[in-house]
Amino acid sequence: MLGEILSEIPRVFTPYNLLLFAEAALTTLLLSGVGCVAGLVFGFGLALARSTRSWPFLPLRILALVYAEVVRRVPFLVTLMLFFFGAQVVGLDLAPLTVALIATSVISTAFVGEIIRSGLQSVRPAQIEAAAVMNFTPWQRLRLVALPQAWPLILPPVFGYFVLFIKDTALASQIGVLELTDAGKILNTKGFSSFLVYGTVLILYFVISYPLARLGSHLESRLGASRHPRTRGSLR
Amino acid sequence: MHYVLHYNQITPYLPYFLGGALISLELSVLAFCGGMMIGMAGALGRQGGGRVLSGLIRAYVVFFTNTPQLVQIYVIFYGLPDFGIVLDPFPAVLIGMTLNAGAYFTEILRAGLASVHRQEIDAAETLGMSRLQMLRYVILPHVFKVLMPPLTNQYILMTLGTSMAAIFGVEELTGRAFNVNSTTFRSIEVFTLVAVLYVGVTFAATAVLALVGRGLFRARVPVL
Repeated sequence: MLGEILSEIPRVFTPYNLLLFAEAALTTLLLSGVGCVAGLVFGFGLALARSTRSWPFLPLRILALVYAEVVRRVPFLVTLMLFFFGAQVVGLDLAPLTVALIATSVISTAFVGEIIRSGLQSVRPAQIEAAAVMNFTPWQRLRLVALPQAWPLILPPVFGYFVLFIKDTALASQIGVLELTDAGKILNTKGFSSFLVYGTVLILYFVISYPLARLGSHLESRLGASRHPRTRGSLR
Repeated sequence: MHYVLHYNQITPYLPYFLGGALISLELSVLAFCGGMMIGMAGALGRQGGGRVLSGLIRAYVVFFTNTPQLVQIYVIFYGLPDFGIVLDPFPAVLIGMTLNAGAYFTEILRAGLASVHRQEIDAAETLGMSRLQMLRYVILPHVFKVLMPPLTNQYILMTLGTSMAAIFGVEELTGRAFNVNSTTFRSIEVFTLVAVLYVGVTFAATAVLALVGRGLFRARVPVL
């Protein structure tokens, strides 16, 4: 068995197929990259909408709460299908890649928004009140007081989420976006050993995601913002 | 845009969908239990095992947490037949999900074990507890109290992950959505209904786990 699979290697890794893998890996990177940026930008807006306390913004707050709670509880595959069929129903003739980009942005907004919100929440209220007493505008309070303190708490989990997210983009293969998993499917359909093909895809995902995960844990230890700064009473 | 929503064409399928939700639940609970066993063994092995064992466990965790579950199941379902191992869709998905969950639980439980204070262990040793007694009466109650929120979170993510089973032909909630979609062509209705069911199922899971955590381990888990 293994001999057969090994003898297939030169036929699988032809320049053309390598090009396919490279192109597919780029699409995976594009999907997760756009998802990350959109997640950070819109997620920040979502976090702000959820943490406003003034009553004129109450409907906005409720809307943000519902958005975050609902989107985080629907499987990515179902969201993808909703956008895929929804675009057709509305009459928009979108490419699968566009549909996937929209769906990933919508989802990462909800997840990253929650992370940012909990980070902002961890800033002591006294700090914000003190800034308010000193006549800081709301924007200054956010930019000069809340964000510098929340930032080290937000960054590590956001990185963790982005690593999760790269793996979630594998589901985009189901609506026909040519990313890594889909490249694997194509080569498998061409008759190459599925173990070899999907094994290669696994390794490629690993190569993309592992450095990011390491960078995340490096940042976490460097920013030194553990929830439990020192285990109290620990002898070590 | 002249699309009229016809939910009445979908409502007869509601029991069918609920049956699918039950299969999703079965899948996620089984994978959760299997993953917990792997995670427990892995976390203890990393803490107390030799260099080789803890290195192997680390490699397992790093590999499985850095690759997509979907492709892992692809390798199990389509790749293993190359070696003569043919699995039905349900066991293949279950094995993939369990291995994947095991890797995450190893990391989660390791963090929990590391949070047990040294003195508590020393005190238990002074009282003459055996290693198993210590694990049962001192370490695990503490670990589960701390870990209830991340475990709940992981369980929710796993429930959402069960939707991948549809790709391999398991007729769980998403799989049945694909079935009904291809017979009725009411795509929007089908997938919004299924989305609502997923929201309901995961909210129920959060509530149940919060109650369990509160009752058994005095852990405080926020529901919203």
